[in-house]
Amino acid sequence: MAEPTISSPSAPPSGLILRSLTLGYLGLMVVLPLVALTIQAAEPGAGAFWEQLTNPFALHALRLTFITAFAMVIVNIVTGTATAWVLVRYRFPGKGLVNALIDMPFAVPTVVAGLMLVVLFGPSSTLGAILGKYGWGVIYHKPGVILALLFVTYPFVIRSVQPVLLEMDAAEEEAAATLGAGSWTIFRRVTLPTLWPSILTGAALSFSRALGEFGSVAMVAGNHPLETKTAPLYIFGEIESENRHGAMVVSVVLLACSLLILIFLNVLQKRGGRAHVH
Amino acid sequence: MSTEAPAAARSTVLATGRSSLGRRLLIGAVLGWFALLILVPTAALAKEALSGGLRTLFASLMKPEVLRAFRLTLVTTALATIVNTIFGLALAIVLVRQKFWGKTLLDGLVDLPFAVSPIVAGLMLIVLYGPKGWFARPLAAANIQVAYAVPGMVLACLFVTLPFVVREVVPVLQEFGVDQEEVAYTLGAGRWTTFWRVTLPSIRWGLAYGVTLTVARSLGEFGALLVISGNTVNKTQTATLYVHDAIDSLDPQGAYAVSLVLAGTSFVLLVGMEWMRKRVATREGKA
Repeated sequence: MAEPTISSPSAPPSGLILRSLTLGYLGLMVVLPLVALTIQAAEPGAGAFWEQLTNPFALHALRLTFITAFAMVIVNIVTGTATAWVLVRYRFPGKGLVNALIDMPFAVPTVVAGLMLVVLFGPSSTLGAILGKYGWGVIYHKPGVILALLFVTYPFVIRSVQPVLLEMDAAEEEAAATLGAGSWTIFRRVTLPTLWPSILTGAALSFSRALGEFGSVAMVAGNHPLETKTAPLYIFGEIESENRHGAMVVSVVLLACSLLILIFLNVLQKRGGRAHVH
Repeated sequence: MSTEAPAAARSTVLATGRSSLGRRLLIGAVLGWFALLILVPTAALAKEALSGGLRTLFASLMKPEVLRAFRLTLVTTALATIVNTIFGLALAIVLVRQKFWGKTLLDGLVDLPFAVSPIVAGLMLIVLYGPKGWFARPLAAANIQVAYAVPGMVLACLFVTLPFVVREVVPVLQEFGVDQEEVAYTLGAGRWTTFWRVTLPSIRWGLAYGVTLTVARSLGEFGALLVISGNTVNKTQTATLYVHDAIDSLDPQGAYAVSLVLAGTSFVLLVGMEWMRKRVATREGKA
């Protein structure tokens, strides 16, 4: 929508003061910390940076972060799309309640989320004991990390796909049904192509969140350096053991990845917007 | 939402073609996943917290260090919420109502805290305000301690919650437009009067939603606080830090009790948000 600036009455200095104040706040709160971290990480030179980055523990932590985040995204694409679909297209008792509780993971503190999973799946719980008997360790193992990521990112794909499904014109689907296409074919050939951008948006948001997730993972991962230590846990460990440069190097890598995802999302939204217009 | 009814009506046409067994299976699978991931863990925590009876739960919550932790959480949350409500509102107004060079960049910068790991956020604050940080000397000269103290923790909450109010207010402000504001100007109302009597009332639900998100995030912040607080018991320990420590120091009962209160609080906030979202939706429906 066009947003005309209020022309004559608001142009004078008060608007400029407001702008300077807010820009100053944003600069102090967001830009300066980012710049400071990047400069400090780069200061000892490229060699030192490379050395910290290729340290086996750092590499393992980064790799684990990406692998677990990727596993989470795959699950979320399927379950998130299915959940949005069921919430929009079907009627069943308790739907309103489920819809309201979808955002629970955004509201619950991450530490509490992690603790919940430890209580339910931990080695001393009934469920954990049963799983452990079959050799399926969850808590303090990689599956626990993925489970924690799944919990904290649960709403992203759902909340991204839901509005698109709601607004979608069912005419094309109906036409396909009239022409005798089965429901799976309709979903795959007609519905899914419309949903993809929103699914990708939700997936990218959850991936970005998973890269940085700390609280819940800290609770379920325990302290197993080359087993469950993701990049944020590694960063915290290095801060604690006074290797601040190592912490900063991995931080910069994480930041760069998150920034790339943000840019990707922006491009996706712009293209989506254009596709809408045509 | 106004689109819901026709969409549902249309979908029944489609649904008749779909086998009802497949539909039931899909609903069952979706609900099962939701229960396994969200409901059952919450219930498990509640069960553990209440396993010793209400009296034990209260005893855990009434410990002086627990009360102090909750008080500190409330203080940091209140300060962060007040500051970010004011600046978030101002940022939203600048982003929607003003035109200037670099606005797109500014728009992107607002979202940055969402892309930063809480641990990295804490580290950035240490780099600036820590003992060897960029601002170490002037801060020491002024005898202000930021890192490993409450001011640093407020800064951490401010950083992680910065986007919420802006992101919720911007769309409402855009939709509201400038017509009514211009009418108020024409009728001789001053800038403040216009803001208080015209702009604020019309964006209040969006603002309230953003503020609630800010509160929820501040209450639950952990990673950034862990780094910047130094986590000294009784001094810089918040409720979430207490949960983490209590597990480590083998006081699971205390951790369960505090977690249950935190989860309950976030549930109440969530219900409030749902209510606000309906208000926003009905407003949009009318317009």
